[in-house]
Amino acid sequence: MRDMQPLSGRRKAYDRVLRFLLYFCAALTCTLLVLFIGYIFVKGLPHVTWSFISSESSFIRGTIGILPNILNTVYLVVVTLIFILPLGVGAAIYLTEYASNRRFVAVIEFATETLTGIPSIIFGLVGMLFFCQRLGLQASLLAGSLTLVIVTIPTIIRTTQESLKTVPQSYREAALGLGAGKWHMIRTVVLPSSVDGIVTGCILSVGRIVGESAALLFTAGMGMSLNNYFASVGNFIHSSGASLTVALYVYARERAEFDVAFAIAAILMLLTLVINLSAKLVGRKLKKT
Amino acid sequence: MKQKLRPLEVIMNVLFLLCGLVAIVFVLFISIYLILSGLPAIREIGLADFLFGREWASTAAEPKFGILPFILTSVYGTAGAILLGVPVGFLTAVFLAKIASPRLAGLVRPAVDLLAGIPSVVYGLIGMMVLVPTVRELFHLPDGASLFCAILVLAVMILPSIISVSETALKAVPREYEEASLALGATHIETVFRVSVPAASSGIAASIVLGIGRAIGEAMAIIMVAGNVANMPGLFQSVRFLTTAVASEMAYASGLQRQALYSIALVLFLFIMLINVILNTLLKRKKG
Repeated sequence: MRDMQPLSGRRKAYDRVLRFLLYFCAALTCTLLVLFIGYIFVKGLPHVTWSFISSESSFIRGTIGILPNILNTVYLVVVTLIFILPLGVGAAIYLTEYASNRRFVAVIEFATETLTGIPSIIFGLVGMLFFCQRLGLQASLLAGSLTLVIVTIPTIIRTTQESLKTVPQSYREAALGLGAGKWHMIRTVVLPSSVDGIVTGCILSVGRIVGESAALLFTAGMGMSLNNYFASVGNFIHSSGASLTVALYVYARERAEFDVAFAIAAILMLLTLVINLSAKLVGRKLKKT
Repeated sequence: MKQKLRPLEVIMNVLFLLCGLVAIVFVLFISIYLILSGLPAIREIGLADFLFGREWASTAAEPKFGILPFILTSVYGTAGAILLGVPVGFLTAVFLAKIASPRLAGLVRPAVDLLAGIPSVVYGLIGMMVLVPTVRELFHLPDGASLFCAILVLAVMILPSIISVSETALKAVPREYEEASLALGATHIETVFRVSVPAASSGIAASIVLGIGRAIGEAMAIIMVAGNVANMPGLFQSVRFLTTAVASEMAYASGLQRQALYSIALVLFLFIMLINVILNTLLKRKKG
């Protein structure tokens, strides 16, 4: 038909202009990203050396090392995960397996959505008021982790809930029909078939924790020296220090050590890449099974 | 025959219920805590003076706590970011959902995800080291750190959420709509913009609201590029946002000044809650 009745000039122009805009914007987004990543790596990677990532900063020798910040970040990730795994998975199980009142589920889901939307600076402020001051933890990595629990719990609830929903109803009915109790059924049938979703949730939460800065600035402290977390219980609770992101901020804003800041940025980008890739791989595995 | 509930079952039921309540508890906890700590300063300063005062001089001998500059800066900054970011993000989403071959889209999509995962301090660092000096040279300013830089950084930061939410909405448009339009003789582009986009409009609107939420709540990236002086907003002025006002004085504030910072957080929180409610109604309408 189109051959018999050629498009009018106006329609042709409409088509061309919009097509051009589409390609232009997609190209712009990609160019931005490539420039961005390229710039960070070019400026940052040359400064990432073994001694940089395996030592502590020393004023006497005038060297800068980010080992304490790496360890602080690991601390934050591990402690936060210990809290959110049972809480988040439990909440998701409640929502998909136990809750029978739809309105109640809607309220919980609205609360989860709301938590996702709250800016991290507000989490940081409330975390500081409650964990650091009210509970007397001072600025400490533990207070930072507890704040991050609130930040990341929606992620893990959502991903777990989604994978629980994909477990076929017949599995549940079969288990219950064989006489299993509800908890027994969840433990032996539902959870094992949704483990991939839980892992994805954990990986995404790790990404959020590694990238978080505003929520940590006032809760976890800005120290740059090594903590001996395991020396005593007191040490474990009261160690404070800067995570990688906060260290980047401090080096760039307050100490004008831009090479160090770019090196940390490069490390953070590499971590983000690894986290994104692993989340994708786990997600793909989830689809196959 | 009704099965008798074993004690273990009852315990687990209660435990899971408690976990389920966690999100509600957190939201209530944050709201109540912010309201309780935010109200005293507002009461002392006076609501009108606080919200519409044009001057913020928290450390002066006669301190002034007017946050109108912060509110306006946040609103202008967000509006600017939306103005720049939404067209680019929306058109990229259309490209990914309707134009690009699956292979090309498969290449671009992970890139967009990566953009979403980059920590905000990294955006701030790039803005501070590249954008701010460029703006200073280009417009012959004494200092490049300005609302303009913050808008550019925010525009890039909201791209990923706009792209991914709009793309999902566009992909959910039933194929029959598009096939009907094509069969009536519309070109592919006409179909996309006159059929698919209107059909996905509530999802696209949701992506914009989500972008507004992200832009208004961002702190660390813009604290590094906006200059941080409590001026009334101007495009090339050094400015302070609601978020950065909290972040920049919290470390040393005390007394009424500290309480006023909690009040700023409360105002920010109210903005965010309003946006959340709008987002929720938009998403619900999409489902219904």
